[in-house]
Amino acid sequence: MALPNKPLGERKAVRDPEVEEREVDILIVGGGMAACGTAFEIKKWMSEGQTVLLCDKAAMERSGAVAQGLSAINTYIGDNSPEDYVRMVRNDLMGIVREDLIFDLGCHVDDSVHLFEEWGLPIWKKTEEGKTLDGKKGQKLGTLKSGAAPVRTGKWQIMINGESYKRVVAEAAKLALGDDNILERCFIVELLTDANNPGQIAGAVGFSVRENKVYIIKCKTMMIACGGAVNIYQPRSVGEGKGRAWYPVWNAGSTYTMALRAGAELSMMENRFTPARFKDGYGPVGAWFLLFKAKALNGLGENFAGSDAAKAELEKYAPYGTAAITPTCLRNHLMLFEMKEGRGPIMMDTVSALAELGKTMDKKELKHLESEAWEDFLDMTCGQANLWCAQNCEPEKKNSEVMPTEPYLLGSHSGCCGIWTSGPDFDWVPDSYKIRHNGKVYNRMTTIAGLFTSGDGVSGSGHKFSSGSHAEGRMVAKEMAKFVRDNADFTPTIKETKEELVDMIYKPVRTYLDNVEYTTAADINPNYIKPNGMMYRMMKATHEYGAGTATYYMTTSKNLEVVLDLLETMRADCEKLAAGDLHELMRAWEIYHRLYTVEAHLRHIQYRKETRYPGFYYQADHPGQDDENWFCFTNSSYDKATNEWSLKKVDYVKIIPDA
Amino acid sequence: MPSFVIAEKCDGCKGGDKTVCEYICPNDLMVLEPNSMKAYNQEPDQCWECFSCVKICPTQAIEVRGYSDFVPLGSSIMPMMGTEDVMWTCKFRNGTLKRFKFPIRTTDEGTANAYLDLKGKDLDSSLLSTEEADGFELPKPQTV
Repeated sequence: MALPNKPLGERKAVRDPEVEEREVDILIVGGGMAACGTAFEIKKWMSEGQTVLLCDKAAMERSGAVAQGLSAINTYIGDNSPEDYVRMVRNDLMGIVREDLIFDLGCHVDDSVHLFEEWGLPIWKKTEEGKTLDGKKGQKLGTLKSGAAPVRTGKWQIMINGESYKRVVAEAAKLALGDDNILERCFIVELLTDANNPGQIAGAVGFSVRENKVYIIKCKTMMIACGGAVNIYQPRSVGEGKGRAWYPVWNAGSTYTMALRAGAELSMMENRFTPARFKDGYGPVGAWFLLFKAKALNGLGENFAGSDAAKAELEKYAPYGTAAITPTCLRNHLMLFEMKEGRGPIMMDTVSALAELGKTMDKKELKHLESEAWEDFLDMTCGQANLWCAQNCEPEKKNSEVMPTEPYLLGSHSGCCGIWTSGPDFDWVPDSYKIRHNGKVYNRMTTIAGLFTSGDGVSGSGHKFSSGSHAEGRMVAKEMAKFVRDNADFTPTIKETKEELVDMIYKPVRTYLDNVEYTTAADINPNYIKPNGMMYRMMKATHEYGAGTATYYMTTSKNLEVVLDLLETMRADCEKLAAGDLHELMRAWEIYHRLYTVEAHLRHIQYRKETRYPGFYYQADHPGQDDENWFCFTNSSYDKATNEWSLKKVDYVKIIPDA
Repeated sequence: MPSFVIAEKCDGCKGGDKTVCEYICPNDLMVLEPNSMKAYNQEPDQCWECFSCVKICPTQAIEVRGYSDFVPLGSSIMPMMGTEDVMWTCKFRNGTLKRFKFPIRTTDEGTANAYLDLKGKDLDSSLLSTEEADGFELPKPQTV
């Protein structure tokens, strides 16, 4: 056998890649739901002669958070009002949200859902008798747009047969944009600001994960929407199972890091999401709670969330805790309390729930109910279905354990971290929420002129989910078309030379090639570190000190000092990342992105001297909420020239009155 | 639950224009080994078990086995993709078999309406192209 000091991957990296330089008016970075929205919408607003390009790290047909499919669309306004949508999001996120962005999204989201149905996404329907029809049978009742009733689980969610959700949405996006304007397997890793104005975007650089090629792309305007951040903390499963992340394992914080390094302000990065899900398989619980009316029980068999003690605990967090719908973080908080008091494990009582529903059903309806329960997993978390099979778990006969996950960062679900962006240019939007370039406001533009974001990238507006991300991507398309029209004479100029950019992107390859032959095994070499090693180093540090699962999400001021110190050293050691093949080069850049993102997260937790989201994280030195001092946004920025972070408070403005 | 490739069944998609598991994997895990002309999962602990490779493989050469760190042996779930439905076969460790069929789309593949001829009119309004075409009126919020 040959010595293992050779690259492992099939696509060996070479020292000097080919370089392809491009210039377009509009650059779309990402290929998930938001970017597909932009791709669908953009050409409808572009003028003759304008150009557009989309770069996706993967293949649009199955990229992003919806790659696997979904069993529900969680934001459909329907008969509800956008005002109530704002109230729901505000309460779930403990009061501090961008009400302008949420209201604005609520006005447009249904249009995207109607398109999905037209394109072929099967959406469940409710008959006049209150019976449920799947998306195929329900077609005879007409479309949502024509007035047919969806099957609501909660107030905002509708059920779908969504195995091919992303394929359908990507198909329309690709048709609309045209294959010539799409680069798949192109990983954009760094944004470039204009040589004449560092506050304006001018381009981006990345590389192909299929061939040795670096892309340098100039543009007048750009949207980045590359999802949230996953595996920035040690997951509960540390072997093969660490791939079974709740959110997509390929979301590397690229959105936040690229914006941050370009000089854009991030906001509410302290926010995180640690969803309670079926243990290990991370299957969804929403349908079980909402559709099947199941209860979570503690180890003593008690419905702890309905106890007097729970009510008393929730009252501490009024008005959020006492609202009709308990905020997600506080539901976690109650669960963690049981676990810490020795009253675990927490079990989803599927047996009683299905028995109760079965009382009024005939055999055929029962069979259908069982099928619905399995589809919930098979549409979006196949592995959970397999776990049930492996455990001989039939939900009508055996309950399943529920557990809060490792922390995730995202701008949707019950998360609201991201990039600070402009609100829409309406008179009801406070001036402090508007970001201008040459006197004009551009909705969802970041603090870097011409740089937009959507989906998980936008801070302060959670609960947008798949449909809202798509609609927001479309909204941004129009703003970018406006920006290009208004700045037609802008010539993007990049100050870095082609050589400097290639040196930066391919540095891990060169480090590898320069040193690999020094030792007899490629993974152990004192002159470099492989991305895999750096990933474990980061996970260990955040897990132990940064409010990971190791400490039931608790951190302290001292622990934060320790972990930030460790992260600074890790970022310095990233100078010695090494990659022998193109897959490993992708991993090298991903860990680099994860490190900045998680550092931003922890710096925000350190800055905000309260515990805004009990159940998601706890700051032991600052327990509870301090509305007097901290009822505000926290924004951060980073100067890559000096490696300095700065944080500040930004005023919250209440726009929508309480109901 | 990492995907695995059954050696006998994989032909590297040699008759097609691309190796489809490699094309589709969202995390760049599936790769073709050019000498044997067979694919493999190069980083099983980064597999999200999204089944994209399983569903797209033309020879049903790809399956998944549960993550070794928490899934007992002996079960399997396998999708069979049609044009309108997916058929799942779920096999329990104890041998119990369940089959489910769910719709996946209501239109023919390739026919999603991209509104190629639709051109927006008022770039300065906040309406999306299809909203503008429908005559949608943008709501104004009841403010504080």
